[in-house]
Amino acid sequence: MSRARKILGRGGLYTVIGGFALFGAFPFYWMVIATFKRDHDLFNPVANPFIFNEPPTLDHLRLLIFDTHFVTYVMNTLWVGLAVVAITLLVAVPAAYSLARWARGWGETLGIGIFLTYLVPPTILFIPLSRFASALGLQESLWSLILIYPTFTIPFCTWLLMGFFKTIPKDIEEQAMIDGHSRLGAMFWVVLPLGISGLLTVVVFAFTLSMHEFIYALTFISVSAKKTVSIGVPTELVRGDVFQWGPLMAGALIASIPVAVVYTFFLDRFIAGFTMGAVK
Amino acid sequence: MSAAGKAEGMGRDEQAGIRDNSGQLALLMIAPAILYIAALIGFSFVLAILYSVSDITTGDPTLRIIGFQNFAAILDNSVFRLALKNTFFFAFTSQILVILLSRIVATALMKEFRGKWLARFLIMLPWTAPISLGTIGWLWMFDSIFSPFDWILRYFGLLGSPGALLGPMQNLYWLGVPGLAMASVIIVHVWRLLPLATVIQLAGLGSIPKDLLEAAEVDGASPWRRTLEITIPLTLPIVSIAFLFGLVFTFTDMTVVYVMTRGGPIHTTQVLSTWTFFKGIEGGDLAQGAAISLFLFPVLAGIAILMLRMVRKSEVV
Amino acid sequence: MARVEVRGISKLFGEVRAVDNVDLETVEGEFLVLLGPSGCGKTTLLRMIAGIEEPTAGDILIEEQVVTNLPPRTRNIAMVFQSYALYPHMTVYRNIAFPLRTRGVDKATIKEKVEWAAGMFGIERLLDRKPRQLSGGERQRVALARAMVREPSVFLLDEPLSNLDAILRASAREELRQFQKRVGVTTIYVTHDQVEAMGLGDRIVVMRKGKIRQVGTPMEIYHWPADTFVATFVGSPPMNLLGVGDILTGFRPETFLPAELMTGVGDVVTYPFEVTWTEYLGAERLVYGNVGETSHARHVVSRLPGSVTLAIDTGKTYSFAVPRRDLRFFDRESGLRTDRGPA
Repeated sequence: MSRARKILGRGGLYTVIGGFALFGAFPFYWMVIATFKRDHDLFNPVANPFIFNEPPTLDHLRLLIFDTHFVTYVMNTLWVGLAVVAITLLVAVPAAYSLARWARGWGETLGIGIFLTYLVPPTILFIPLSRFASALGLQESLWSLILIYPTFTIPFCTWLLMGFFKTIPKDIEEQAMIDGHSRLGAMFWVVLPLGISGLLTVVVFAFTLSMHEFIYALTFISVSAKKTVSIGVPTELVRGDVFQWGPLMAGALIASIPVAVVYTFFLDRFIAGFTMGAVK
Repeated sequence: MSAAGKAEGMGRDEQAGIRDNSGQLALLMIAPAILYIAALIGFSFVLAILYSVSDITTGDPTLRIIGFQNFAAILDNSVFRLALKNTFFFAFTSQILVILLSRIVATALMKEFRGKWLARFLIMLPWTAPISLGTIGWLWMFDSIFSPFDWILRYFGLLGSPGALLGPMQNLYWLGVPGLAMASVIIVHVWRLLPLATVIQLAGLGSIPKDLLEAAEVDGASPWRRTLEITIPLTLPIVSIAFLFGLVFTFTDMTVVYVMTRGGPIHTTQVLSTWTFFKGIEGGDLAQGAAISLFLFPVLAGIAILMLRMVRKSEVV
Repeated sequence: MARVEVRGISKLFGEVRAVDNVDLETVEGEFLVLLGPSGCGKTTLLRMIAGIEEPTAGDILIEEQVVTNLPPRTRNIAMVFQSYALYPHMTVYRNIAFPLRTRGVDKATIKEKVEWAAGMFGIERLLDRKPRQLSGGERQRVALARAMVREPSVFLLDEPLSNLDAILRASAREELRQFQKRVGVTTIYVTHDQVEAMGLGDRIVVMRKGKIRQVGTPMEIYHWPADTFVATFVGSPPMNLLGVGDILTGFRPETFLPAELMTGVGDVVTYPFEVTWTEYLGAERLVYGNVGETSHARHVVSRLPGSVTLAIDTGKTYSFAVPRRDLRFFDRESGLRTDRGPA
């Protein structure tokens, strides 16, 4: 009886897990299929769409890389992402440390205030920011994105880092001060090296958040050569009403997979930071 | 805190300065973040409010205050009212689904089984891909002719033959029929936000002390009872936060709708964020766009206050 | 010369007076123990001496120079934290070398000094390890070596033995004492454990609620407690206190013995002792019970050496006595010790 139930439970577990894994991964499988399928096979409503009915091809990839701006999008995305990471680190690390160590009274209010700005959505801000960017002459420039993306990476990463810094015992810093460092030196030489995993997590998240961003990029950039991956692929690979599904899927796939792999390694850290910040 | 005054006589060059003054350091270190955010977010927010009571357009970018005419005009618009309704419907439906499903996934992932690493990787995938690109994948899956869902339905005889359950047509036209389009958008939102909610639920479940569940078991509580009286109450704060976070995400997201349906067919999937974009940016009416976007703000502020309460409450515990 | 002097120092945390107008002076080379229950302000006092906490009022002098507002690194002190605060990302060698490196000492000297400090604590073979690969006792030695390596003028220790198990703690206590005598550095040691305080201290400072209640040698603290708090905080079981009128009479459990054993100790005071409970502990026997007619506080303990084999049963009343010279008197109102016995 209990053995039968156990087997049944096991089966149920695998069914649930399998079902959700399929739900999560199927669109990516679908991208892979479309990327390598010949057009004739891809646009055949009768044949089994889940398998290759004709030999796979690299035509879509070739088209994507040589006949579209895709490589430019990738370079733009990298450039914006790295610049945003740099700004975020410079601003969020000191802020998070300050809030984690010294926040009492006003500091705590400020911390919560910073966090709350994360809830003021781009949908409210993009109209005034678009005027702001054009007033600065940054329209159609990647600099507008570099300037604006930190408005959401800074609050998020400050909150995340605050959680990390709180896990580093105060004793260690005080010891470093007794051992000859100043207050600032203790942070620099002891806390930052200890928080390296937190910093790395922030680098990954600031980068991916800016890579994922859609609304600002859509609003500020319309010149094809200046687009990032997240808007370039969905807007530029559609000619008129014709969707070039093969290259489109290839572009989506190439941009998604490396990030997905990196993300997976940082997931636990992200959660640790997230939950410590939000709920102790 | 004046430090240097008493340093004389120590005979060392290292006197207390800013480097040791935690009060000054605290301020100095947090100032850039505050300034950055105040300058860009605060300023823009104020500007959004100003725009909403002006008649500014991209063609005529001078700011003239005209009062609340914009709000009256947008309220008068049936598309806006539909978008408002849709926004709430999307947000709540998808978040309720997300919370329920994520609890199931998290409970399953708490168990040990072979291939857990792979399962977790696959389940987390939707969250890691840029949202616009994931949505593009779904767009292709909901294609009007080549949708694999349609193919499966046809394969099992549920579609595409006379007398079939879902009709004799070859395709369902997922994004072309109001009800299905809405369902499609909700599915994509659920797909996208399920991983985050799962991870938060996992953290919640993991934080329940094992002793507590074991003690309840010793006390003779059934698994059902343990869930009801221990697991759910103890994870409620963190789950509420996940729920509120998800609400904010769906309330303010325009990517899914923009890429999938552009609000169609006939505005049945239009939401406030896309309507803001179409009116304000594509239509050039910055003033009305700003007014539409601000409609969400009271709701978001309410959510923020709720979240803060939750955080405070759970910190006390 | 006083290595450390504290003048009228106070620390407020919000409304709470963690340390309340404390004056203290160390004697060159002594081992001074700050003893008190948790929350008495002893750690705060130590942290102010270290420079980690800034006093609200008062001054701190180290080597006769005011250091009140100087950062810790300029005070030439060493401190060992309760958690040992070893840098988890550095090897033992780098941990010990750390205070030297921040001072820009040259490499060869660092190597020499680290080896000297490691040798002093017998941890030479651990130099390549990371702190997480060490046992509790080993971590403690590394922390001590790191504190010693730059030959500080004052050595501050915050409950450094409380993370060790009972057996290790006893041997660590002995080692610590011998080591301190050998190097002769003025040491201030914080603990809530009165056995540790008695065993280690040249002098003990007993604190309560931010104030110093008594400063004295272990002998003075134990036998001549300044007030009822010290009398009951130091010693286990604590001093018995009997209430008669507005005076409390105190005596140590080991001085309270069956009357028939009281020969050749001079004048004694005899009490009828109604035994309610006995505990046999091997080396000694604890006898709990009540004493006669007094209006309040009549519960007392007697501590009989294991060599006393006299049968004592619960429920019976025996005649117990205290030598008169072992009686101490306290004012009931203030708790302070007085010379005046009960009327």
